[in-house]
Amino acid sequence: MPGDKNTSLSPHLTDLRKEIEGYARGYGLDFYETIFEVLGYDEINMVAAYGGFPNRYPHWRFGMEYEQLSKGYEYGLSKIYEMVINNDPSYAYLLESNMDVDQKLVMAHVFGHVDFFKNNFSFRHTNRKMMDEMANHATRVRRIIDRVGIEPVEDFIDRALSLENLIDQHSPHFPRKAKGPDDEEEKPIEVHGFRSEREYMNQFINPKEFLDEQRKKLEDERAQKKKFPERPERDVLRFLLEHAPLERWEADILSTIREEAYYFAPQAQTKICNEGWASFWHSNIMTQRALRDSEIVDYADHHSGTMGVRPGAINPYKLGIELWRDIEDRWNKGRFGKDYDECDDLRARRAWDRKLGLGRQKIFEVRKHYNDITFIDEFLTPDFCIEQKLFTYAFNEKGNRWEIRDREFQKVKSKLLQQLTNFGQPIIEVVDGNHENRGELLLAHRHDGVDLRVDYAKDTLVNLQKMWRRPVAIVTRSDGKGVMMRFDGRDHGDRKVEPG
Amino acid sequence: MPLKIKQDHSRFREIIRGRIKANLRKYIQKGEMVGKKGKDLITIPVPSIDIPHFRYGHKEQGGVGQGDGAPGTVLAPGAVEGDGKGKAGDSEGEHSLEVDLSLDELAEILGEELALPRIQSKGKKNLVTPKVKYTGVYTSGPESLRHFKRTYKQALKRSIATGVYNPATPIIVPVREDKRYRTWRVTELPQSNAVVIYMMDVSGSMGDEQKEIVRIESFWIDTWLRANYKGLECRYIIHDAVAREVDRDTFFHTRESGGTMISSAYKLCKELIDSEYDSGSWNIYPFHFSDGDNWSADDTRTCIALLKADVLPKVNQFAYGQVESPYGSGQFIKDLREAFDAVENVALSEIANKDAIYNSIKDFLGKGS
Repeated sequence: MPGDKNTSLSPHLTDLRKEIEGYARGYGLDFYETIFEVLGYDEINMVAAYGGFPNRYPHWRFGMEYEQLSKGYEYGLSKIYEMVINNDPSYAYLLESNMDVDQKLVMAHVFGHVDFFKNNFSFRHTNRKMMDEMANHATRVRRIIDRVGIEPVEDFIDRALSLENLIDQHSPHFPRKAKGPDDEEEKPIEVHGFRSEREYMNQFINPKEFLDEQRKKLEDERAQKKKFPERPERDVLRFLLEHAPLERWEADILSTIREEAYYFAPQAQTKICNEGWASFWHSNIMTQRALRDSEIVDYADHHSGTMGVRPGAINPYKLGIELWRDIEDRWNKGRFGKDYDECDDLRARRAWDRKLGLGRQKIFEVRKHYNDITFIDEFLTPDFCIEQKLFTYAFNEKGNRWEIRDREFQKVKSKLLQQLTNFGQPIIEVVDGNHENRGELLLAHRHDGVDLRVDYAKDTLVNLQKMWRRPVAIVTRSDGKGVMMRFDGRDHGDRKVEPG
Repeated sequence: MPLKIKQDHSRFREIIRGRIKANLRKYIQKGEMVGKKGKDLITIPVPSIDIPHFRYGHKEQGGVGQGDGAPGTVLAPGAVEGDGKGKAGDSEGEHSLEVDLSLDELAEILGEELALPRIQSKGKKNLVTPKVKYTGVYTSGPESLRHFKRTYKQALKRSIATGVYNPATPIIVPVREDKRYRTWRVTELPQSNAVVIYMMDVSGSMGDEQKEIVRIESFWIDTWLRANYKGLECRYIIHDAVAREVDRDTFFHTRESGGTMISSAYKLCKELIDSEYDSGSWNIYPFHFSDGDNWSADDTRTCIALLKADVLPKVNQFAYGQVESPYGSGQFIKDLREAFDAVENVALSEIANKDAIYNSIKDFLGKGS
């Protein structure tokens, strides 16, 4: 762990930890063994800058993160940290100088997270020894630096990071079939048609049109296979790993970055549920069990600080905790199903209580099988939307300002889902690795109503080109018109295309 | 134990420095750092330090928020995440990071990029000022420096230890061994003080744009000189037909009309030097900015005579910057050039526009005197 100093819990904190762990288990939370470490603020800033890990490969952006965190701490803007590593055993950090009540809050919150990590389906394929893996990555990259020097490695990491969001977040759930050797030789296509016993019936069972159709189908299939990639590839990083002309060390780094991107992806997919779940439990544990009289004011202050909302953004802690509470309440009172949904008597709805008491059971079930998208899709209700004062906002070009656009449930929900789809990243695929038969790389942006940021896209193309070493292009839409942005290694060029 | 991240952090600072260096010309013209000065830190927007991704344009995307307000309510500026600072239209394409930089660091960058020589102060290395500093407590000393609290404490300890102390009548009588005195140490500080005397023509022909140029330029001059001298003082003189000394704020914001007698400023400058800044112990830097229009050739002759006789022998360097304006004739710099062609400690520079500030700073500070 960072430093040689003793980071284990003091006897006092050990007692607190035992107490909180007991409450958490009492509520039915099911978590991995969790190791807490006590760190000073500069160490905790370091760990936070490293994305929660004590050891990462060297890169300046961690330093940038560190500077910003340190500044925030010095200005007194941020104080409580809850940081936990999805690992078995899990690691979490406590800030040395925090008050007991903060330490208890953080512990309770952390047990919520670890329960979620252990049980939610999104993490089923997560490497639970990531702590070691990250340290290995760090060593590997350091060795490469020793060999080829810091500058080229840093440049390459910058480039690779620029593409790190181009992964297929669903792919861990669908193991890829090992590709056999290209066994199929070019045989003439034989069309068999249906089997018929009687020769004279053949022209009726397999008429010429039918046979032609079959032949065409087979030909198309074969043509499809000749395409490269056969099907559009969402995992652009893998495509590059397999097909870009990379040096050994470059491929090594790229695969490292890809692996880490896949490790962090499910956490991004479950931000709202996960933070909501942990907050829900720290709130329950603290207010129902762990708080002492003298701690209430500090607890209320810090809890409300975490739950604060700004008009221009969603606070995942707030949205999450309220949704979990709402689900528990609805299933306790039986406010679901056909009867409730179809009841349009407002008074009856308000007073609706079937006294089912299914809330706890339901939320434990939900924490197993949902990620943010399915969670919002299923449990965001019009009532909830009104109660939580949700709205959509948009930029008013004329007034040059942001404005509240709408409070209608469907619009809020679809906007929220849109923001969450592919964790708010545009969906981009490799469609052709041999574009125009010149070895150029063609990507396609699956446009869903929002344009790409042109300046970022251009810079990203530059990075992609350096890796592919041949011209690269992306087809997208801009202001409703199809456009292909291309970078050939020297110049950018745009040209109109049919919208994809 | 140094933290592992320090390595990444210093690498990041290095990159920042590189970016600032590469864009220094732009910063100098824009004067973006002027006015943002805090105590010793300035905040600089550094372009595109972040890693580009394929991502949505936020303005088109919009989002979901939480709170009060009817549709159409305007969200407070800054409420929306990722909201660029720029106006509509120019905000895209400008992704920048705000970094803090100390003035020393900035001066270093300036020096490296413009290849400015370190200033050789005028042979006053032997000049030292003794400085007295109370640094400790000792058992003997003059009564006037007796440390009451320590003495009392010592006496209290002794009386308790010896059993004399009576809580009912807590009278403490210090004896000789109890007494404690403050002691001092004399440190000898090498003195390298510098004064910059800014002079500016504020006659009608100097417009806002010209003054802006002077302000930006003076910021960079200050920054560089401050990094070279321990203490830097700034004095400000404005003049039209007559000259007077003003404070910084007035200097940059006064607008007078009327004619221009440059000699009036030089006279005042000379008086200032004579009365307050002994050239034996001060490094003196007069900077004069005007649009090059002087009242008469006679006055110009007076100026040159004044400079030659009274100013140049006492100062490290005299600098004249001529800001181009639509009204000025620009004759003055030609006259100076003629008179001081081969003189070592005169720096002359013509500043056509903001772009030219960069080179002009080089002209002024490049001599290292």
